[in-house]
Order: sequence, then C-alpha cells, then structure tokens
Amino acid sequence: MSAMAARARVAEERHPLWLLGAATLGWFALYHFLLPFWDWLLFTAVSTPEGPRWADALHFFCYDSTKILLLLVGIVFAVRILRSFLSLERTRALLGGKREGLGNVAAAGLGVATPFCSCSAVPAFIGFVAAGVPLGVTLSFLIASPMVNEVAVVLLYGLFGLRIAALYVGSGLLIAIVAGAVLGRLRLERYVEPFVLEAAATAGAAGTVELQPSWSERIALGREEVRSILGRIWPYLLAGIALGAAIHGWVPTDFFARYAGPGNPLAVPFAVVLGVPLYSNAAGVLPLVEALHAKGLAMGTLLAFMMSVVALSLPEMILLRRVLRPRLLACFVGIVAGGILATGFLFDAVL
Amino acid sequence: MSQVKVLGSGCANCRRLAKSTEEALAGLGRPERVEHVTDYAAIAAYGVLATPALVVDDQVVIAGRIPALAALSEALAERLRAPA
Repeated sequence: MSAMAARARVAEERHPLWLLGAATLGWFALYHFLLPFWDWLLFTAVSTPEGPRWADALHFFCYDSTKILLLLVGIVFAVRILRSFLSLERTRALLGGKREGLGNVAAAGLGVATPFCSCSAVPAFIGFVAAGVPLGVTLSFLIASPMVNEVAVVLLYGLFGLRIAALYVGSGLLIAIVAGAVLGRLRLERYVEPFVLEAAATAGAAGTVELQPSWSERIALGREEVRSILGRIWPYLLAGIALGAAIHGWVPTDFFARYAGPGNPLAVPFAVVLGVPLYSNAAGVLPLVEALHAKGLAMGTLLAFMMSVVALSLPEMILLRRVLRPRLLACFVGIVAGGILATGFLFDAVL
Repeated sequence: MSQVKVLGSGCANCRRLAKSTEEALAGLGRPERVEHVTDYAAIAAYGVLATPALVVDDQVVIAGRIPALAALSEALAERLRAPA
C-alpha cells in the first residue's frame, strides 16, 4: 500500500497532467456505476426485500452518501485547482479601483470564485477596506462567498438538475449585488468598528509574496482541500443523510405539502427563520432538502431555507459583529433576509 | 530561537494549524512554543487576508490553508533560526 502511495507520489511530481486525466476518467466511471452497484448489492446479492420502509431508507442512505461523497471529492478537488489561479490578494487588487455599482457585480462574481473560509471573514473585511474597496462592494463579496459556494452549486446540480442549480446561482448573485449596492448607498461607514479603520491605516501596504504554483503543487493543494473539507463536514453530511433517509422511508408522501406547501404564505418566512440558528453547510443541508422535496415541500421554500442556513448563520453574524456595529449588522441581516424571502416567494410562484 | 505565531480567530481551522505546527516543531526537535494571536487588529497588521496563518519571525509563511504535516515541517525547517 505504501509502495503504491509512493509511486503515485512520484507520478504526481513527474506527470501531473496525465495523473489528473486518469483520475478524471476513473471518477466518471465510478459515478456512472454507483446506482447499478447499490441496486445489485442490496436487492440481488443480499436479496433485501424490495418494499418495506427500512429497505427503502437503507438504499437511500447507501446510494446518497456514496454519491454525495464522490461528488464532493471531485468538485472540491477541481474547484481548488481552478482557484489556485486566483487568490484573495488578487481579488482585492481587482476590486480596489472599482466604484460602487459595477464593483458590486464584480465583487459578487469574485466572491464565488475566490478561495475563502468563513473564519477569514473578518481579516478579509479589514484587508479589503484597507485597500480602499468601498464598503458596499466588500459586503457584496462577503454575501456571495458563502451563499454561492461550489459545494452548494454542484450538489444542487447533482440532486436536482441544471435548472435549479442555475436559479440558485442567479438569485444568490442577485441578492449579493443588490444587498451590497443598497448597503453602500446607505452610507453606513460610520457604523464600522473604529479599530478596523485604524488597522486599515497600518496594514494597507504589507503584501505577501505571490508565487505561481506548479501543477504538482496545485494537485497537492486540491488533495489538501478535499481532506480538510471532508474532515470538517462529514458529521453534518452523515446526520443530514440519515435524517433524509428517515424522512424518505417514514414520512407520508404529502405530509409537508399539506402543512407547508406552496399554498401556505407562512412557509417561506418560517423556513428562513428556522435556517438562522441552524449551523451547517450546503453538504449537510442538501440531503435534507432532497428528502423534503420528495415529500412535497416547494422548491422555493427549500432554496430559501438553504440560503438562510448558509448565509445567515448565527456564528457568521457573531464574527461580523466584531467589525460591524449593531446598526450596520442589523441592516445587513435585514436586507439579506429580504432578498432570501423574495427568492423563496418568487420560486414558489413560478416553479 | 525563532518566534512562531499562528494567526486566527480561534476557530477550528486555526486550532488545527496551531496543533500541526506544534507537532512539526516537536518532530524537528525545536524548543519554540507556538503563540496564538487572536486579536483582529494584530492579525490585520501582518497584512493577512485569510486565516489561519503561520508567521515565523514576523514573516508570513502560510496564509489561508493548513498544509500537510510534512510540508509544514519543511517550511518551518527552512525558516527557523538555529537555536541559540
């Protein structure tokens, strides 16, 4: 095993692009045979009876957890490699000269593409303000980044198809652009904690050296990222899938449709409020969303729930409170929540 | 002796980087202790945009990621001053 790992390491250094190609082919083959494999294993090889609820739940759990795992490994790896061409430093330089308006659009787009973890929200905020990026533009970046992340988009695509994924990305970007533009227009700079501006005055000039990584280094970065993200989210993921499997097997088909279907005007606000204290990420929420959707909950309500969980989480707000005074933070939450509500109602109406 | 600092708000990622750094230092047989900087103003003063970050003798070595232990040891070995 260690000899194999050593050989893979050598191949990674000498022929990184060949290895990348082979890994891509292997990934697609695995993904293609996943469903036939579980069908065969559970219903033919072990002859699990097809019909009882627990068998249904078991099949859902096995297939979904392996499918999501495979999707995550592939996507996180690929996105990290793409992102190795971009950095927070470069994004900041790109946004530095931008005015509000076009700047908000650019910031939202770059928020999707730039490597960024939510614990970096505060240093990134200070660094952006220090470089002269306008407050509203910085906020567009900070909203788009967690909401439209690669894990969310690809899982939506894998579970619900291209149309839903595109709707999610489009509305997420729109919320980030509009919320940032509105917050910028409100001239709330005086509600930024004063230490930010002091830190900004001393920080601005210090820049870190930027090196272009080689391909084998990019592959190493991708591997590192897969390990770190999976290590962090697997408990959420398993809990989400187990809960999803239970809902899949035991909750009557139109249970939610009766109580929280498109006809109920309180469904969307309730979903948004419910999402705030829940701290999870897209990977943990999506299996749940998939199971709830199958039981008749409307897609708009579910998208609103998901956006609320990832973009309006309590820990994120506690972090932002360090740099934003309560008044600005309240405006921030209010405007983003408004955007999410609008998205939920709109999609419930049109889908 | 060098000065080794981990910058970060105290989130899970920062604690993991601090722990790996301690392991790497122990593996290299170094006497340095890891200092954890959580004050945002102090972090910003290093010009770091993404946490967790590793700083050796006031030079930013790593920002925004947690390298594997081997890579971390290598980066540290390169930058640490000979123990006095």
